[in-house]
Amino acid sequence: METKAITINIDGKSYKTQEGLTIMQAADQLGFHIPRLCYHPKLSIEGACRVCIVEVEGAKSYVASCAYPVMDGMKIRTNTQEIRRARRDIVELILDNHPQDCHTCERDSNCELQRLAASMGIRKRHFEGERKKYDKDLTSTSVIRDPNKCILCGRCVRICSEVQKVTALGHAHRGFQTVVMPAYNMPFRDSVCTTCGQCINVCPTAAFVEKVYTQDLFAKLNDPNIVKVAQIAPSVRAAIGEAFGLEPGRAMEREVAAGLRRLGFNYVFDTQFSADLTIMEEASEFLERFQGKGKLPMITSCSSAWMKCVEQFHPDLLENVSTCKSPMSMMGALVRTYFADKIKKDPREILSVAVMCCTAKKYEAARPELMVNGLPAVDMVVTTREIAWMFKSAGIDLLHIKGEDFDEPLGLSSGAGAIFGATGGVMEAAIRTAYELYTGETLMDIELESLRGLAGIKEGKVMIDGKEIRVVVAHGLGNAATVLDMVRKDPDRYHFIEIMGCPGGCIGGGGQPYAGINSMPLDEECLKKRAEALYGIDRRKTIRRSHENPDVQRLYKDFLGRPLSAKAHQLLHTHYKAKEPRGIIPQELKVR
Amino acid sequence: MIAAEDKKTALREFMEKAKAGAHPESQLIAILHHAQELYGHLDQAVMDEIALTMNIPTAHIWGVATFYHYFNLKPKGKHSISVCLGTACYVKGAAQVLETVKKELKVDIGETTQDGMFTLAETRCLGTCGLAPVMMIDDKVYGALTPKKTVEILQSFYPPSCRKPRE
Repeated sequence: METKAITINIDGKSYKTQEGLTIMQAADQLGFHIPRLCYHPKLSIEGACRVCIVEVEGAKSYVASCAYPVMDGMKIRTNTQEIRRARRDIVELILDNHPQDCHTCERDSNCELQRLAASMGIRKRHFEGERKKYDKDLTSTSVIRDPNKCILCGRCVRICSEVQKVTALGHAHRGFQTVVMPAYNMPFRDSVCTTCGQCINVCPTAAFVEKVYTQDLFAKLNDPNIVKVAQIAPSVRAAIGEAFGLEPGRAMEREVAAGLRRLGFNYVFDTQFSADLTIMEEASEFLERFQGKGKLPMITSCSSAWMKCVEQFHPDLLENVSTCKSPMSMMGALVRTYFADKIKKDPREILSVAVMCCTAKKYEAARPELMVNGLPAVDMVVTTREIAWMFKSAGIDLLHIKGEDFDEPLGLSSGAGAIFGATGGVMEAAIRTAYELYTGETLMDIELESLRGLAGIKEGKVMIDGKEIRVVVAHGLGNAATVLDMVRKDPDRYHFIEIMGCPGGCIGGGGQPYAGINSMPLDEECLKKRAEALYGIDRRKTIRRSHENPDVQRLYKDFLGRPLSAKAHQLLHTHYKAKEPRGIIPQELKVR
Repeated sequence: MIAAEDKKTALREFMEKAKAGAHPESQLIAILHHAQELYGHLDQAVMDEIALTMNIPTAHIWGVATFYHYFNLKPKGKHSISVCLGTACYVKGAAQVLETVKKELKVDIGETTQDGMFTLAETRCLGTCGLAPVMMIDDKVYGALTPKKTVEILQSFYPPSCRKPRE
C-alpha cells in the first residue's frame, strides 16, 4: 500500500514520517522511546494503561500515543515537565493497589512494572489504595494465576484470543472488581487453557507465572538412593544464555550439560536424541499413511499445548494426528525401560527430569495415558527459566563453565534433532528421513528454506520418487486453526502438517527467559536469533539426518526392532481423545 | 410457566434469527437478555449453549454477563425487594430499613433467600419521596417504613404458621 509522506514535529523539531502510523510507531522509528505498559506490537491496541500519553497541540487532553494516528503538521510533545508528572502519577496510581512485595516476587528484577516505576523516578508511595484480595489459582499443572498482581493491561487476554485463538481468559466484572479469569471463574485446570504459557511471556508483572518445581528438584537431587536423570530440549540451549545476560542466539548445550551434572544429575541426556527417534517413527508412520494405511493429512503431535488444543478445539481431526509421543515422553519411556535395564536399576529408583522451554510439558508429563509400566515417563518438568534460576542459585556460572558432552546411550543427536525447536524444523527433519526411507536414496539438498522463518503459515512441496508431497507448517495455535480450516474445506490440500503451539515454535515457548531490558516479549529478532542458534548446531554436525544417528540405529537393533514395531508402538506411541470443555474459535477474530 | 423444552426452543430460534442477520457477533447482549427473560437468570448451561450456537468463546460471554448488573447469574427469588437509598429516603432512615431486611432475610444486596422467596436489590429514588423511606416489593410500594413495619411486611408474605414469633 502506498503511504503518504508527512511531516510531524516532535519536541520542537520536524521529522518526516508516513501517514497511517500511530504517534508511538512514528516516535519509535525516530528514536523517541515513549514509556508504555499495555502496548504489545503483536497485539491489538488496548489503550488501557495511559502510560504512553503525549501532548498534541490543539488536542483537549493528553492522548495515548499507542492509539493516536500521526497527521501532517502535527505538533507533539513527549517530554514536558507536565507530561512527565502526569505519567508518573498514572504509574503511581497503578502501584497503589499493587502488592508491595517486590523483593519476594517471582518477577523481581524482571518486571516491566518495576522497571517502568524506576524510569519514572518513583521513590515514594504517596497513596495507599485499597488492595485486591483474591486467592491464587494453583489448579493448573503449568500456569499460576495471581489476580492480586494483575494491573489489567489485558496483554494475556489479547495473546490468548488473538494469537492463540484459545480465549481461555477474559475480563470479568467491572471497575475495581475487574479480574482476568477463565469463563465462569472456573479453576484454570478445568478451563480451555492449553497451558502454552504465552500469558506468562507477555505479562508485565507476576500475575501469570509457571508452576515452579525448583525446590522439589533441589530436594530430590540430594537423595543418594535414586539415579537422577535429566534431558534437555533443543530450545533450552538456544535461549538460556539470555537469562545470564547474553544476547540471544548463543547455543549452550555443552554448558548446560556440564551445569546439570554439577547440580547433581547422574546422567544428562539430550531430547534431541529422542527427537531423532520421533522422526524415525513419525516419518515411517507418514509413509504408511501415504501408502494408504491411515488418514491424511497427517498432523504432528510433538507440541503439548497443541495436543491439548486439538483435543478440545479440533476433535474432528484427531484421527489425522500422528500417534507418536513427543520427544520428551519418548525419552522418558526409554529412561524407564531401555536405560533402566542397561544400568540394572529399578525404574522406580530413577528420577526422570525434563528441562523444557515449555510450560505445557508440565501438563503432558501428568497425562495418565503416557505412563510407562505404571510410572510417569517424566517425574518433573522444569522450564528454561527455572533451571537458569537453579544454576544461579547453586552458583553455577554458565558463562565460564567448561562444556561437557551428553551421556550415552541417549545423548547423541543429529542436526535434524536440533532444529526440532524452531517452526518448520520437525517437517524439515521428517522430510530428510522420509525421503531416504521411501526412495532408498539420500536427500542432498537438506536445508528447506521455504519452511524456515517466522511467517505464520508456510507451504512447501517435495518430490519423493516422482510423487508430489504437499506440506504446510504453522506456529501459534491461531495459525494452526487457520490451517485446519483449510483442511476441512479441502482435505486433499496437504499430505503432512507440522504444528507448534507457540509463536516461533518451541524457541518461543512459555518457559523461555523473560524479555530483556531492550526488547519486548516474543520479539521477532530474538526468536530469529534463537532459531539461528539451532540451525547453526545443525550445520556444524556431521550427522544431519535422524536415521544416520548411530545410537538411534543401535537402539532399534538392540531393543525396539524397527520403526512402528510392536515394542515401538507400546513405548513410543499413544492415542488422544476429545476433551471437555469444548473450545470455541470465533470466526471474526483476526490473527495478527 | 413455559416448559423447559419450549424455553430451549425459543432461545434457539432467537439465536438462529440473530445468526441470519448482519453482525451476529454483536447480538450477544440481546441474546443474553432474551435468555434471562426466559430463564430468570443466566447459568453456565445456558451460556454454554449460547457459546456453541453463536461460536463465541465462553470467557467472552462471561465477561459480558458479569459486566452488566442487569444480568443475574443466580436464580431470582419469587419476589424482588428494592430498598430505596435515594437522598430523601436516606435521611429518613433507609439505611436502617435496608439493615433490617438484610438481617431478617439473612441476605446481602444481590442475593436470594435460601427459601427462594426474596431477592434483595438496592435502588435509587423511586419517585415517591413523600412516602420516604420506601421499598418496593415486586410492583408494590411500601412507604413510611420503620424497622418494625418492615419486618411485619416481610412476614406477611409467609403463611401465619411459618412466621417467626415476635421478639
